[in-house]
Amino acid sequence: MKKMSWFNLTSLTLGFAFLYIPMIILVIFSFNGGRNVAIWGGFSTKWYGELFHDEKFLDAAWVTLRVAFATATLSTVLGTITAYVLVRGGKFYGRTLFSGMTYAPLVMPDVILGLSLLLLFKAMFNQMGMLTIVLAHTTFAMCYVSVVVSSRLLTFDQSLEEAASDLGASAFDTFINVTLPNIAPAVISGWLLAFTLSLDDLVIASFTTGPGATTLPIEIFSEVRRGVKPQINALSTIMIAIVTVGVLIFSFSSKRRTLKRIADEQQAN
Amino acid sequence: MRFSQTLESAYASKADLVLAALLAVAGIALIWLNQADGSHFTGGLLIAFAVFVTAYRINRRLAVIAVPYLWLLVFFLVPFIIVVKISLSDPAIAIPPYTPTLELSEGWTGLKSFFGDLDFENFEFLASDPLYYTAYLSSAKIAIISTAITLLVAFPIAYGMAKASEEWRPTLMMLVILPFWTSFLIRVYAWMGILGREGFLNSFLLWLGIIDDPLTMLNTNFAVYVGIVYTYLPFMILPIYATLEKLDVSLLEAAEDLGCTRTQGFWLVTLPLSMPGIIAGCFLVFIPVLGEFVIPSLLGGSDTLMIGKILYEEFFSNRDWPVASAVAVILLLILVVPIVLFQRNQQKQAEADQ
Amino acid sequence: MAELSKTPVVFAPWNDPNEKPLIQFKNVTKRFGDFTAIDNLTLDIYAKEFFALLGPSGCGKTTLMRMLAGFEMPSEGQILLGGQDIVKVPPNKRPVNMMFQSYALFPHLSVFDNIAFGLRRSDMPKDQIKDRVAEMLRLTRLEKFAKRKPHQISGGQRQRVALARSLAKAPKLLLLDEPLGALDKKLRNDTQFELMDIQEKTGTTFVIVTHDQEEAMTVASRIAVMDNGKLIQVDTPSGIYEEPNSVYVADFIGDVNIIEGNAKVVDGGIEIHYAEGAAPIHAKTDKHITDGQRVSYAIRPEKIAVTSEPMADRANHAHGTILDIGYLGHLSSYFVTLGNGQKVEASMTNSRRLSRRDFTWEDNVWLSWTDTAGVVLTE
Repeated sequence: MKKMSWFNLTSLTLGFAFLYIPMIILVIFSFNGGRNVAIWGGFSTKWYGELFHDEKFLDAAWVTLRVAFATATLSTVLGTITAYVLVRGGKFYGRTLFSGMTYAPLVMPDVILGLSLLLLFKAMFNQMGMLTIVLAHTTFAMCYVSVVVSSRLLTFDQSLEEAASDLGASAFDTFINVTLPNIAPAVISGWLLAFTLSLDDLVIASFTTGPGATTLPIEIFSEVRRGVKPQINALSTIMIAIVTVGVLIFSFSSKRRTLKRIADEQQAN
Repeated sequence: MRFSQTLESAYASKADLVLAALLAVAGIALIWLNQADGSHFTGGLLIAFAVFVTAYRINRRLAVIAVPYLWLLVFFLVPFIIVVKISLSDPAIAIPPYTPTLELSEGWTGLKSFFGDLDFENFEFLASDPLYYTAYLSSAKIAIISTAITLLVAFPIAYGMAKASEEWRPTLMMLVILPFWTSFLIRVYAWMGILGREGFLNSFLLWLGIIDDPLTMLNTNFAVYVGIVYTYLPFMILPIYATLEKLDVSLLEAAEDLGCTRTQGFWLVTLPLSMPGIIAGCFLVFIPVLGEFVIPSLLGGSDTLMIGKILYEEFFSNRDWPVASAVAVILLLILVVPIVLFQRNQQKQAEADQ
Repeated sequence: MAELSKTPVVFAPWNDPNEKPLIQFKNVTKRFGDFTAIDNLTLDIYAKEFFALLGPSGCGKTTLMRMLAGFEMPSEGQILLGGQDIVKVPPNKRPVNMMFQSYALFPHLSVFDNIAFGLRRSDMPKDQIKDRVAEMLRLTRLEKFAKRKPHQISGGQRQRVALARSLAKAPKLLLLDEPLGALDKKLRNDTQFELMDIQEKTGTTFVIVTHDQEEAMTVASRIAVMDNGKLIQVDTPSGIYEEPNSVYVADFIGDVNIIEGNAKVVDGGIEIHYAEGAAPIHAKTDKHITDGQRVSYAIRPEKIAVTSEPMADRANHAHGTILDIGYLGHLSSYFVTLGNGQKVEASMTNSRRLSRRDFTWEDNVWLSWTDTAGVVLTE
């Protein structure tokens, strides 16, 4: 193994400390028994108890999960089609506009997206709610899905699709039975990404929400605007834990698949 | 029978056209009856699906392209046109709170009076009130400075990752991505607990005896900078790491072989070759920070002027839709240049990779 | 070179005027933007042929094959299969299958499912599909690997899966795009004979694209040498090697000495005067040559004998000095400079051990060859 230089080791250590210490502090203080948010008052899980008895957080969590699920599914379908059109669609009228529209939402500030969609929805619907949040979230999440799926499609050997067609498969048959199984990992990553993006979003949801459709970020934001709340620390800890476990499982399983594949290949030759 | 074959046989037997006709009728009926909220939307969706099924028969390729294309036109491009239109209207105490509204029922005269009532009043207002242009300038200043700081913090981390051994790299990469999957709001919120007057950092410094009185850090521009650097750091690290990782070690060896010192090698080889990653990272931070709302409203103070926050307040607190729209239009115009530059940078990189 | 026809009757449908070609290219042109990949090409390929398209990369051979498969449409001209125009038929409706250079095995499907892929897209009943796949597995000796995924088998096995998959639908025509390119040299030689064996057993027409002239010579019944989107010569391997129609073909296939000179018609052949003071080359040719015409004389190194004294029974003799010797194991190449500066390569088989070799560097030797050993070329 190559030895790391002092400089590199220091910059990595400091860098990751900066990235992780704030979250670790947040997690630790969610178990603080005291009322003061910065002074340790003994270990306690009382904030978790309060959190689970607070209807409005539970309601908001349920709304958020439903919105995120619908967004992720819809934007995965649309984003995968977008990627396929961009990578395999060849030339068509307005292609530049199309690819511009798929990249712009990636960097567009949330306030602009939120405001513009709100103005559209006001013209389309009498009342806004979960549906409008899903439509808004899908519009930007599908662009992220498209980026993830495009990069997989670009490295995917096009002769596989040609081979399927050569063996008698129609274009649709080829997409379902050859292309889709091979880009599946990227499609799944895209779904997870869209799910998290929807779960996280505050600004666009605030613009496009309506009565009875308060999402968790909206609820959290209105709580913490005026200061630190121990329940929110507890809630944050739960969310961090879920994400960490999810990412760990995902990366371990993909690492195991890679290792198995390498072993198979060595055995074959 | 396979799923795909089932659909194909439906296609072959023209069952799809029957289905399309039924859906279209149902959609029209929904819109006509208008019984529940969103029935216009559901009806529209059904009709759109019927149109798609029919179009698929005429030209498969175009039908497939049309689905995401139309979605983005309706939900991305059309809203901008509406924003521009409302920015040219006048505020009113009505629903919707602006005039004129387009009355298609009045025909040509309605259209004429509609365009006649549009004007640049809101933009004149923005130009006359120093609040707005100082907010734009201050947003730009904060975005530029924080992008520079993020770059300075991110580069050594990305460099260290690229120099780490092969077996460690995936783990380090995961450690950078993990915060990205964690809620943005929570990451900003974490700093509220640290930077507050009675927060963790002040208690810690008092305990160490470095300070005697707690420092005011929260609700200052300092906190805004910390928050931006912290939350946007992964966006800077990842593109830089991607270019550094691809960098061929033999290039540096060749430079040393030709008489460069290590430091010269870094400045003359590593840095120029990592430029595409640096540029991409800077855009990925600069553009969204310019319109940032959450960080200034949670960590910033009353003197932190950022245009995203102004827009949000103009809309929700003052309910002045036309002015909020005008603010958005100007922000968009400011952003067009960096967004176009960013796309060209990405395209150049994609071509170089092929 | 290997001409392994077991049947006493020579297989040469291209010489039979009553034979109908399976594939006909009629004045086919293919352009990509400004670039002309195929230039007004006309070609007939007959049933049961093993036809090789040979040429350097970019000569248009792959484009020609992809037009047969249906992945490219000709800009002009017709392509007939069994007398019917197939230009507008999409790839999935053509009785033509292709073995891809990358093999293009579906990584998510087992060997069995890969081979069955095409059959499942036809109207063949399920139990027959099973039998057909089993037959293909037997043909390519892959029975043991039916359940494995493509990444769990070796390169040679993958190549056989690709072959089995493309043969499973019993196509009228099988296209092979550099089928052996990914294999190492030893495996490639074995596989060449296996391919010929399978072609003979199944009676399928094979069209192979390759840039490897040895491979084309070994497997093909006829070879088309291509350059810049045009056919330069279409002939049997021995025809291409022994009677190339141009300097390009002579040079592309194997080693050759090209000597340019002016022709002089004499009794029973021509003389080629190629250098001041050098004896002219005596050559026989069927071509109509006029006095003073500029011609190229192509002669293979193995047709020239290297000896210490001129060989009396040969019509041509030249005296020179050995400049360099290339030892290739089974034969040695001698690079000889003639008195007039012309460099000539001659090769002799090493039937004796190296230590007893006759000649070494700077030796003066005689080169001798007959008047029918070389070919007179006018283009």
